[in-house]
Amino acid sequence: MTLSLSDSTWYPIASSDDLPFRHVYQGQLLGRELAVWRADDGNVNVWENRCLHRGVRLSIGINEGGELKCQYHGWRYANRSAGCTYIPAHPADAPARRIQNRTYPVREAFGLVWSAANDDQAFQPFPGAETGDWFPLRPIPVNAAPEDVLAGLIGLAPDDQPADILPGLAVRLGHAHYFVQPVDSGRAVIRGVLAGQPEDAIAILRHYNETLTKLRDRLERAARKKPAPAPLEPAFEKVSVDLATMPDIAIPRGNTTTVVVKRKWTSADGVIGFELAPREGHLPTFQPGAHIDLHLPNGLIRQYSITNGPGDLLSYIIGVKAESASKGGSKILVESVREGDLLSISEPRNNFPLRRDAVRTVLIAGGIGITPLLSMARFLDKSRLPYELHYFTRVGEQVAFRADLESLHGKVILHTGLARTEIGQTISQALGEWSHAQHVYVCGPSAMLESVRVTAATQGWPEESIHFEYFKNDKVIDDSSTFEVELARSAMTLQIPAGKTIMEVMREAGLSVPSSCEQGACGTCLTGVIEGECDHQDVYLNDSEKRANTAILTCVSRAKSARLVLDI
Amino acid sequence: MCHPTSPFPFRLSRSNLTTMTTPDTLTLNSWQVIAATDEIPVGSITRTTLLDTPLALTRDRDGVPVVWRCTDEEPGDEIDPETILDRLPVTTGYGFVWTSLGTPPKELFSITEYAEPDRVNMSCGSIGIHVSAPRAVENFLDMGHFPYVHTDILGAEPHTEVKEYDVEVSEERDEVLATRCRFFQPRAALSATDGMEVEYVYRVPHPYCSVLYKSSPEAPERRDVIAIFLQPVSEDRCRAHLLQSMIDSTSTITELRRFQQTIFGQDKPILENQYPKRLPLDPRSETPIRADKSAIAYRRWLSQKGVTYGVIPAAG
Repeated sequence: MTLSLSDSTWYPIASSDDLPFRHVYQGQLLGRELAVWRADDGNVNVWENRCLHRGVRLSIGINEGGELKCQYHGWRYANRSAGCTYIPAHPADAPARRIQNRTYPVREAFGLVWSAANDDQAFQPFPGAETGDWFPLRPIPVNAAPEDVLAGLIGLAPDDQPADILPGLAVRLGHAHYFVQPVDSGRAVIRGVLAGQPEDAIAILRHYNETLTKLRDRLERAARKKPAPAPLEPAFEKVSVDLATMPDIAIPRGNTTTVVVKRKWTSADGVIGFELAPREGHLPTFQPGAHIDLHLPNGLIRQYSITNGPGDLLSYIIGVKAESASKGGSKILVESVREGDLLSISEPRNNFPLRRDAVRTVLIAGGIGITPLLSMARFLDKSRLPYELHYFTRVGEQVAFRADLESLHGKVILHTGLARTEIGQTISQALGEWSHAQHVYVCGPSAMLESVRVTAATQGWPEESIHFEYFKNDKVIDDSSTFEVELARSAMTLQIPAGKTIMEVMREAGLSVPSSCEQGACGTCLTGVIEGECDHQDVYLNDSEKRANTAILTCVSRAKSARLVLDI
Repeated sequence: MCHPTSPFPFRLSRSNLTTMTTPDTLTLNSWQVIAATDEIPVGSITRTTLLDTPLALTRDRDGVPVVWRCTDEEPGDEIDPETILDRLPVTTGYGFVWTSLGTPPKELFSITEYAEPDRVNMSCGSIGIHVSAPRAVENFLDMGHFPYVHTDILGAEPHTEVKEYDVEVSEERDEVLATRCRFFQPRAALSATDGMEVEYVYRVPHPYCSVLYKSSPEAPERRDVIAIFLQPVSEDRCRAHLLQSMIDSTSTITELRRFQQTIFGQDKPILENQYPKRLPLDPRSETPIRADKSAIAYRRWLSQKGVTYGVIPAAG
């Protein structure tokens, strides 16, 4: 038998005991090195042992509980998805491109951690595994070819009780099941489980260790007399083309995922929590401050911040305010969407990135504005970075996500029912005088945003230290310009007069243009720009995306140049 | 014997199986560093390896280095340099001995500051690293790792930002030049109590050498020079030779050396955990960010020059 790099058999690669919390274990299977780590939620990750940035082994990285941090440049990768969530060299940018490490399938069962070179086979435990109670043996590494190790194990069987050879380099000898982990063509690890829990575990372990050590010595003596087999030579997969070039700003769009409403509950008076879970596997990587577009049953698209912490990808939790004045967005979610319903969501987008290079981070939330800040607090909490979270609620309004806030270790201060002047004073005190590397993040009603901006500015906070996010476009749209739009793919040139949007003129010309909010907030009408300079008036694109001048929202934005060429 | 046979039966490990390649013409015909001049014994032999080739070296009574391809010499053997007829070309520069397995140019690249009379010039030792020389150059050019690898010396979390800087390949001098490189350092100088932004200029005047300039705390209008000269031992091993040319009237040489050795002692374990060990030139082999501009320029420059030793050339 020769080993193949594409062998899809599941092999044990570690004992469960090898993976205590906050540790990274270096494993190997079929010539490939693996970084194996357990997140705080118990999930085991099996990744290629190499950071995509500069190729440094991730097994020397730091397990932060929800993210794995590379030792070389501090890049962080999320539990489950292995998606990059933070690049410290550019702390103000959300990593727009999908940088994702190579992952391998994983199962933890019978005291062992199992993996395979690919997803081609479903995990199939050995016969009788599911019903038994298993006691894992200590692993014995052997410098010999895996097939020779298997033959050696088979040879341990007494004459009257032949070995039961199982698929995938495995064998049953009486009460013991042995599995040969093919580390490389000339190296293996013998792993095993015994049926039932022994009374004297130490004596049993010692007995099997002695037997297997003798076998190992025999196998290694024999292996030394043979020529060493050529090692397997796994190749590192190339990164995608868009990752290979210096990052232009890529604006992700279009891809939606179907999620199930797993739970719907009243988090506080007027705030409804929704837990959205994928139908299988996990959801895409997100960064703190990110939001999703939720496609509602009535065709509307609304944005909601993700409240989750690092590496928490089994479901997204959002909070929805049941506003009486709602224009049918929140209203339909609150009133008619039920547990078990299916909804469509976009990939997470981040216009509110959290810098993790601050000496002091102040988070200020008003009402439902707590949602992105809860996520930020959770990330800072996990990395033990200092932060203060001020959460303002009105008289009679209740604190949403109270239990989640209580489980944070940082400084969380609730301010309830303060008068307007008191709010101003509290914000002023919370901010204090600015000094180097202090940042404030605010999310809440427009009046609060304004108050924080003004107070911060008078207390010496520079503009780039004040971070906020809009979900509504409250700006007054300046539609006074006139310009020409050439539609490259439709071979059409249109004149845009003052008072009309690009979208309106395109529709008049007979084009069908998808849209939703029509106020420059949802991104539905995003269109590629080939030539010309945009006059961005939306709140959807972030500053770097606007500067990149590669896309425009045709519902509100216009041209600064006389002519604009659109990819439509 | 240059390759003593091991008394132990040993199995081939992966690195032993690495095929030896003939160096590209540029590498072959360049000056390559092999030792600090004053560390070579006078009248007896020391050995080193350059481009997979074992070399023997000594100095004559006048202190002039002599380098030749090693046959059966042992380190410590006494030798009369006069008897060595088949010599390799030798030059000395910046306190180091340079040789070549081909036909080297007349002169070594220049570091003009080295000749200034009031400078403290010193070699800060040579450190073997199990990684290719170009990987080590790239690490020298990199600022993003300061807070993580040189914690509390060259950087500290949370000050991790790499600000925009400029990179060009100077056609006139045929070298990579990165300017306006700024990084926040918690204690840029021993006397500093507050953090400050330090400005660097990097040059790559040779595929395996890089020179760093930073403003001198003692004379702000002048710049301290720190250079790294990498000896390509094999495709995936190198020795880093360090030069400091400082304007510093207070620190002792021991202190200055210890500082640089601490820094490289921190880089070594990271570099030795880098895979692949040769520098991949295919743009799709790794994921660059804006902070890596100088590394990208360096990789392109190596590609254009046709350097293949110590790198994985881009296909096609």
